Parts: sequence; C-alpha cells; structure tokens
Amino acid sequence: MKEIIATSPNPAAILPGSVEPPAGHVSPARWLGQCLTVAEMELHKLCHDPTELLTRAIQPALWLMVFGEVFTRVHAIPTGGVPYLDFLAPGVLAQSVLFIAIFYGIAVIWERDLGLVHKLLVSPASRAALVLGKALSAGVRGLSQAVIVYLLAWLLGVQMNWHLPAMLGMAFTVLLGAAVFSTFSLIIACIVKTRERFMGIGQILTMPLFFASNAMYPIALMPGWLKVIAHVNPLTYEVDAMRALMIHGGASAYGVGFDFGVLLLAMAALTVIGARLYPNLAR
Amino acid sequence: MTILETSALTRRFGDLTAADGVNLAVAAGEVFGLLGPNGAGKTTVIKMLTTLLPPTAGTATVAGFDIRHHPARVRASIGYVPQLVSVDGALTGYENLLFFAKLYGVSRTVRAGRIEEALDFAGLAEAAGRKVRGYSGGMVRRLELGMALLHRPRVLFLDEPTVGLDPVARQAVWRQVRRLTQDFGMTVFLTTHFMDEADVLCDRLAIMNKGRVAALGSPEELKRSVQRAEATLDQVFAHYSGHPLETEHEGNYRDISQSRRNLARLG
Repeated sequence: MKEIIATSPNPAAILPGSVEPPAGHVSPARWLGQCLTVAEMELHKLCHDPTELLTRAIQPALWLMVFGEVFTRVHAIPTGGVPYLDFLAPGVLAQSVLFIAIFYGIAVIWERDLGLVHKLLVSPASRAALVLGKALSAGVRGLSQAVIVYLLAWLLGVQMNWHLPAMLGMAFTVLLGAAVFSTFSLIIACIVKTRERFMGIGQILTMPLFFASNAMYPIALMPGWLKVIAHVNPLTYEVDAMRALMIHGGASAYGVGFDFGVLLLAMAALTVIGARLYPNLAR
Repeated sequence: MTILETSALTRRFGDLTAADGVNLAVAAGEVFGLLGPNGAGKTTVIKMLTTLLPPTAGTATVAGFDIRHHPARVRASIGYVPQLVSVDGALTGYENLLFFAKLYGVSRTVRAGRIEEALDFAGLAEAAGRKVRGYSGGMVRRLELGMALLHRPRVLFLDEPTVGLDPVARQAVWRQVRRLTQDFGMTVFLTTHFMDEADVLCDRLAIMNKGRVAALGSPEELKRSVQRAEATLDQVFAHYSGHPLETEHEGNYRDISQSRRNLARLG
C-alpha cells in the first residue's frame, strides 16, 4: 500500500492516504473513467433486477404484433418498397429507446429526493462526466431493448440486416439516441424538480416527439407545419439511421453520416446544458 | 490550526436571508456542531461550505481552498453525508463503496483495501453483499460514514446525522464520528437539533437563529454563559434562540412526508 502524500499550496498538510485535490481540470482518462463508473453501476442494478427489461419489452411487442400486423395489410403507407412491418420495426425500437430515456428524468428526481444527487455533486467527479455517465446508462438499457426488438422483429418475419458493420452502427445509433433523450429528460428534471410536474411534462413531450417523426410513416405524408417539426426532431434522424442499418433493403433519406452528425451535435449541446443545470437539483 | 473559516457568509433566497453574515472558524481535528431549530440556516450554511450552493455575499475557505474560486479543490478535500439518504438502495453495500471509491479517484492499488476497511469500520462486512434497500436506518448511516474512509477527506460534513435513528444506532454513529477524528485525524462539521448529541459529541458549538450565529463556544462555556446554576444545553438553546426547541418548528408537510417516504423506501 502506497500512501499518496502530495505537496499542496494550502497551509495544512494532507492526511495520509488522502486523494490529492485535482487542479482545476480533470484529466481525460479520469473523466472517461467517471462516465464509465456511472454506467457500470447502472449495469449492476440491471443485473440485480432484470425483470424490468422484460416488462419493458411488452410495449414494443404490442406495437409490432398488433399495430404493425394490421397496418401491413392496409398497404396505405408508402414505404419505399419494403413491407410496412419492416418499415415500422426501426421506428418501434426508436420509440422503445425513447421511452426508456425519458424515464431518466424521473430517476434523477428520485435520486434528488433521496439525497444521492447531493452526494454526487459534492464528489470531485466532473458534472459533465456525471451527466454523460447517466446518458451512457440509458444507452446500456437501450441496447437491451434493441436485442429484444431484433428478436421480435425477426420472429415476425422482418428481413433483418445481420451484417456486423450494420449491427455495430445500430448499436452506436441506439447509444446516441438514448443519450440524446435521456439528457433532454435530465434537463427537464433539473428545471421542474418535482416528480408530479415531471410526469405531466413527460407525457406532453413523449407522444409529440414520437408522432412528429418518421417512426411510423414517412415525413412526405405530413402536412407542412408538421414536416418542419419533424425535421428539427432528433428522433427523425435516429429512426432514419436505424432504417438504413436494421432492415434489409432499408434506405436512409438523409445519409447515415448526416444522421450521426445531427445526433452527436444534439448530444454535445444537451450535455453542456445538462452539466450546467445539474447542480440546480441540490440547491 | 484553522481548517475551515467563514467570513460574513451570506445567502439570500428572494426576501429571505437564510444565512446572514456567518463568521465561524473551525480548528483541525475538532468536532464542530451547528445547532439550531429548523429554518435557522444550518443546512444553507452546510450547502455553501460543500459548494452545493453559491453564497450571495461573503466567502469561506475549507481545507485551505476558497469555496467561490476553487470549488473543485474544495470538493476533492471534503466528504459529505446529506440529511437524506445518499446511497443507492438498488446496489449492495459493497457496490456503493466501489462506486464512490471510483468517483473519488481512489487509486486502483489501494481501492480494495480501503473498501474492506470501510466495511469493517461500518460493521457491515457480513452485509456487504446485500442490497442497501434491505438495511436498517442505522446500517445505512454507518455505511455512509464508512465512505469517508475511502478517500480520507480532511473535513467531513454531516447534516443531521442521527435523525430518525433509534438510541442504539445513534450511539454507534457517535462512536464512528469520534473514531474518524481520533484515529483518522478528520475534522467533523455537523448540524443537529439534538441537545444531547451536541453535548456529548461536539468540542465546540455554534447556535444559529434566524440565519445568524447567536452563540459560539464549547458546551461548557455556553452553559456557563447563561448565568444560571446547572444550566442544561436545552436551556442554553432556549436562551439564545428565543424559544424552546419544540414542535412548532418541525418543518412543513412536504418535508415531513418526504422524510417519511424516504425512510419507508429503505424498508
């Protein structure tokens, strides 16, 4: 056991074994370590109680098996040559990731009511790393949903794209999508602070995000005003990338690279805002 | 040697001045208690000292660092146990320690040893693999105090550390606090509204009332100051805060329902 005794500018000597106070900035390695630590703990929780994953699988199953199967028979939606169920599958996965991510705001308010947020904010961990760690945790949960939706879709006869690069691209899209919307949700939680208010606002936001996107129908079918909303909705770009990567014969309207660019930009902006607002929770 | 010093530390929330020109100095190695009824400003002071809340005016230095200019360095030098529960009920005791050891940057080489030491200190070696949700209130508090052994902060802040605990659990917490100062050289800054706790545990006390420091000194000095034979700390408190510590200041409905919910959540 090596004791760390550092020279420090303050008058008092450091206790044997203390962690040396970092000077202003956190090193990138330590910063990444803090993100991963937050996500790792989420994984521990998931392993302790995996039943949540199964109950969360019910909703996408209903969308695919009921809504999807019926609308496949209607042939009313122009899907660009693929069966409607194939067209819908990426949309359902995006929806399921969105719902998990939006739940993160509630989880943060829960942690605030407990006192855990205060403890995290008094730790030397970077606030941006804590926020991004939460986003990564949402991504981990999102990936578990992806596995379930892939299996369901495949069982229902959707022509899946099983190529490894496409699947890796999918995993990246799921992580990014979950990160964008969980950070968005965290920002709302930082503003409203109470569970009651969050529940109300969460409801109001989730459905419009879903319906004002290309998840269930192409944007071309929408009236002009809705098209505008759909084009600034990050979910549209998430679904667009998923459609190109998840199903056989699926095509991207904007290009997967552009989709990633939009999502990464949204992610960066939201993380900066989230890191600034996160300390509000403890005030 | 002074390890914590506030100079005219002030915080306003709109029209309310929660902390009003607070001047305190805490010596290294002592247990310092901030006493006061609910709403006196104790939690506001602790939140400013732990960098959770920026002061409106005035400042403070903690472990040699200014809370306004070097909050990150302050955070790296302190530990904090909030009034509510600061561990994750869905994780085991061990996992909670591992989580915070990593966040606090405790190096890999000493991490395992520190966690083992913390578990021993908290008397939770056997319960380490159980989810914290199943712990008693006393076990949770002991675990939270044990976390201080992970990164060895120079100053440890405890906000109402024994609220909601039974007498046996309270004494266990007191023993732990003493060990942290005696065996590990930490300085402990705590808030409480229990007079017996202040009397038994604290080397020096500040009594707060309406955001101001009304009296400062050791429990004995304070008792002598009220010109009354055999004064108890309760009487001292009543003298300086203008009213006895009674139920009228127990907090509002939201606070109470929340603290009860939190206790229930931990089972």
